[in-house]
Amino acid sequence: MSRAAEVRFERVWKRFGAGNVAVRDVSFTVPAGTLCTLLGPSGCGKTTTLRMIAGLEYPSEGRVLIGGRDVSALPPAERDVSMVFQSYALFPHMTVLENVCYGLTVSRRPKREAMGAGRAALESVGLAGFEARLPSELSGGQQQRVAVARALVLEPSVLLFDEPLSNLDARLRRKMREEIRDLQQRLGVTVVYVTHDQAEALAISDKIIVMNQAVIAQEGTPRELYASPASAFVAGFVGEANRIPARLRRLDDVDAEVSIGEARLVLPHRGLPDGPAELALRPEAIALLGPADPAAMLEGAVSKAAYLGGVIEYTVATPLGEIFVVSSSAGSAPGAGDAVGLSFGRHGAALLPGSREAP
Amino acid sequence: MRAAGLWSSLVALAAALLLPWYLTQDGIAAAPLAGLAWLADPDFGPAAGQVLAQGRWWLLPALLAPAAGLLAALLPIPRPARAALFLLTGGLGLGLLIAQGYAIGVQGWSTPWLEGLFGPMEDRQFGVGWGGALVPAALAVLLAAGLAGRGAFRGDAFTATVAVCIALAIAVFTAMPLVLLLGDAFRDAGGALAAGALFGRLADDRLWSLGCLAGAPRCGVVWNTALLGVLVGAGTTALGLAFALLVVRGRLRLGRPLRWLTVLPIVTPPFILGLGLILIFGRSGIVSLAASSLFGVELGRWIYGLPGVLLAQLFAFTPIAFLVLIGVVEGLSPTLEEASSTLRATPRDTFRTVTLPLLRPGLANAFLLGFVESMADFGNPIVLGGQFGVLATEIFFAVVGAQADAGRAATLSLVLLALALGAFFLQRRLTARKSYVSIGGKGDAGLAPPLPAGVRRLCLAVALPWAGLTVALYLLALSGGFVEIWGRDYTPTLRHMIKAFEISGGQLTGLAWNSVITTVTLAAISAPITAALGIVSAWLFSRARFAGRGALEFATMLTFAVPGTVIGVAYLRAFNLPPLELAGTGAIIVACFVFRNLPVGLRSGMAAMAQIDPSLDEASHTLGGGGADAFRRVVLPLLRPAIMAGLVYAFVRAMTTISAVIFLVTADTELATVFIVNRVINGDYGLAIAVAVVLIALMVVMLGLAQLLVGRRRIGRRAAVAPPIQPGGTVA
Repeated sequence: MSRAAEVRFERVWKRFGAGNVAVRDVSFTVPAGTLCTLLGPSGCGKTTTLRMIAGLEYPSEGRVLIGGRDVSALPPAERDVSMVFQSYALFPHMTVLENVCYGLTVSRRPKREAMGAGRAALESVGLAGFEARLPSELSGGQQQRVAVARALVLEPSVLLFDEPLSNLDARLRRKMREEIRDLQQRLGVTVVYVTHDQAEALAISDKIIVMNQAVIAQEGTPRELYASPASAFVAGFVGEANRIPARLRRLDDVDAEVSIGEARLVLPHRGLPDGPAELALRPEAIALLGPADPAAMLEGAVSKAAYLGGVIEYTVATPLGEIFVVSSSAGSAPGAGDAVGLSFGRHGAALLPGSREAP
Repeated sequence: MRAAGLWSSLVALAAALLLPWYLTQDGIAAAPLAGLAWLADPDFGPAAGQVLAQGRWWLLPALLAPAAGLLAALLPIPRPARAALFLLTGGLGLGLLIAQGYAIGVQGWSTPWLEGLFGPMEDRQFGVGWGGALVPAALAVLLAAGLAGRGAFRGDAFTATVAVCIALAIAVFTAMPLVLLLGDAFRDAGGALAAGALFGRLADDRLWSLGCLAGAPRCGVVWNTALLGVLVGAGTTALGLAFALLVVRGRLRLGRPLRWLTVLPIVTPPFILGLGLILIFGRSGIVSLAASSLFGVELGRWIYGLPGVLLAQLFAFTPIAFLVLIGVVEGLSPTLEEASSTLRATPRDTFRTVTLPLLRPGLANAFLLGFVESMADFGNPIVLGGQFGVLATEIFFAVVGAQADAGRAATLSLVLLALALGAFFLQRRLTARKSYVSIGGKGDAGLAPPLPAGVRRLCLAVALPWAGLTVALYLLALSGGFVEIWGRDYTPTLRHMIKAFEISGGQLTGLAWNSVITTVTLAAISAPITAALGIVSAWLFSRARFAGRGALEFATMLTFAVPGTVIGVAYLRAFNLPPLELAGTGAIIVACFVFRNLPVGLRSGMAAMAQIDPSLDEASHTLGGGGADAFRRVVLPLLRPAIMAGLVYAFVRAMTTISAVIFLVTADTELATVFIVNRVINGDYGLAIAVAVVLIALMVVMLGLAQLLVGRRRIGRRAAVAPPIQPGGTVA
């Protein structure tokens, strides 16, 4: 299946009634054969965006293109996309095989051919032998696979997933997301995937589009988003981030010297002018040192420590406010009340553009 | 879109060429003329014959529009052009046919300027027959195909067809009759429009007099109606609540038998209870006779009037309130009550501070339902009312009585309609407001607390005697059909039964055969239509999005609030003249059954649809199915129980209704309920009850069969539990 198609949004708006804008002037491109995630908090417009690709909603303004063809006004049946629903939407009155063959049945394919394709699709998701069951007789993970098989059997050029793992428990979630990624790589199909779980998005995506309040907050590869978030929102939503005040002085076209209290650090200035700025600091990039360690850039005292097995989460009270630190539990660990020093380097720290207006 | 246009054009063309355009005297029977002569006959001819042989050129659109539609479907032209052509031919054809229907009246042109335009008209309009009905209907489908082709209804021809057809049907069979009726209220005796006429009649003392408070024999009918409604609403709600609490929370073993009681009013014509009361408390009733012979007390005619009607309606409508409230009580989340009890509240406190307040919206709903039922009831007031007039009966007498005052009937209908609509809106607002009762997907694992002892005793004290009385009343009422003469001679006999249903010499010579057969036939014709229309419109209103959906849904629901008497008068008024000359035919009764029962089917259909996750439809769409696929393959199978229920309900309602159809029946189309009421009014109770018994037995058999069919399906579907009507994934 190498008919993967590119998905393109060109200045798309979606309004529900007056004044209720679900998607505001959104443009993006999902290259053919890649897995792209729409990530954002609930109500950010990500599901509406997905439904506009599927044809379940029509844009109020702008164009949706699939494989270069303008499909903005086409009904779902004419779009060559398939969708896996959050609730799976398996037809409860049909058997697993009837569910999987549904798309072929309504396109009036010969029954024998439909059955064969359905069985093959079930096999590809590891559910051979379950053909005659009803959906209610399957576990959550199996239902999920049936939903995927049903979407795959039409060999669509774009496959859509609407929070497909949100009804599964944590362990199964990890397994299923790997299976979805494997499947996508094997078939080379374009996948657009909606989720609010940043770990899921980071784990499987070629590209992530972060949405917030009906607009795109930032798009890029998982590494780009994590290493250089474009805003405080992205920094906080993709991974955890401590936001601490800093002062900035440009050194050259790329780098700037950043002062955090007494400490100095050289970071890319990302176009920010000299003056006060905000720094996003990843909790796992902060090293916890002894109280009088000369390498310490900040002094503080542990106010909370939570043991999570492999790691310990600390909240450290410092002159710059509370700082959240994740550190390995190996070796000796300070307890609540202990004085500690903190240090951090270029890695895991980023200046936040657009943070000048923020207090 | 193309297929829909093609087929509708073909059907319209075939109908225009082959089906009799006009309504023939002997109904729709085969043409009596030999050979092909009927094709050109002025009475039996189809549109083609009417135009070519009879020179009725105004029927030309019936031929040209389908032909043009066919051409548009077959020519290789781009999609937008085809859609525009469909829209044009369908719309124009339909418009012109409707225009000719009303431009030509029974005496030529209906207005002088048309005569000036087209010259004198020697011909007249007749009622439309199969051809005249089918051609416009098919043209409406063509119009819908055009609309879909231009992008309306998301480009789906099936959705467009359903929406256009329902809109048309509602316009013709609900909106038009009511509008015409309201127009009548503004006409004076001579038929001229006069706003004063309405206010003159509205100010009538017979409507608003409060004289009875000051000792006069009676009050105005509006006050009577409202008073009766309030009493019945309050009474049925209280009784229904007692029953519901006992069945759900009372830890009784009486749940099943009490639930069966709720079936009784569904299968009995409501006035049977009035009849039962007469047999007990009437002048020759057993209680009255016993009182006079044992104690020498003459109880007299007290049962005829407010007490009798009130009692009969309480008996008749309590089960309805019970049915509503049992759902509400079952819907209460026990977790809330458990929370209350863990906070140290006694069972009594919990009941008073948590349970009752949560029930409040349900209680209000039940009250309003009782109010509306009471106002709409015609059978009990006509049987028991005596001097106590209510609006429903006054309207009847204004139509059939010596006065035959159409304007007065219309005005009274207007008042009744206003009252009913007022209650309806109040109820809608109540139920629309966010309900406390959550029937979410989350399993509520709590256990409902038992009723506090005091409340339980009170409920038992109220409910058990009442249930006993209801059963006794039914038994007495029904046994009246099997004794010689009630009140004088209690010898058991089958005389009445034989009189009603005698078969001698292979002939159905019994008096009631005719009406019972008519009733069953018309009910059997109307039930599938009602159920189909109800399900299709439920699907349309809950799934499709289009401009005017809200208005259409509202109009459909509105019929629910219109009392049967008002519908009857309105139909009589609207379908008395060509082109829709249905009065006196079975068709008007079928139409009345269908559109009166449609809202109920629609409601249950919508409730069932609400349980089906819309993502099931969407899944079908993204997998390449059109609107028709989603409906046929996904929604219909899941709705099967709802369809069965709708079918049975429509049939049973059609068999028991009286208020609307009493205006529409003729000697040929007499219905069993009308037959019974007429016997009761004549005092021939034995015969009336014999027929009622047969009706009830018929309906019980029907219900049993339906139950069996639905049950069998479930068992036939694998050993697993019946699948919940939900997408498989949401099993928590």
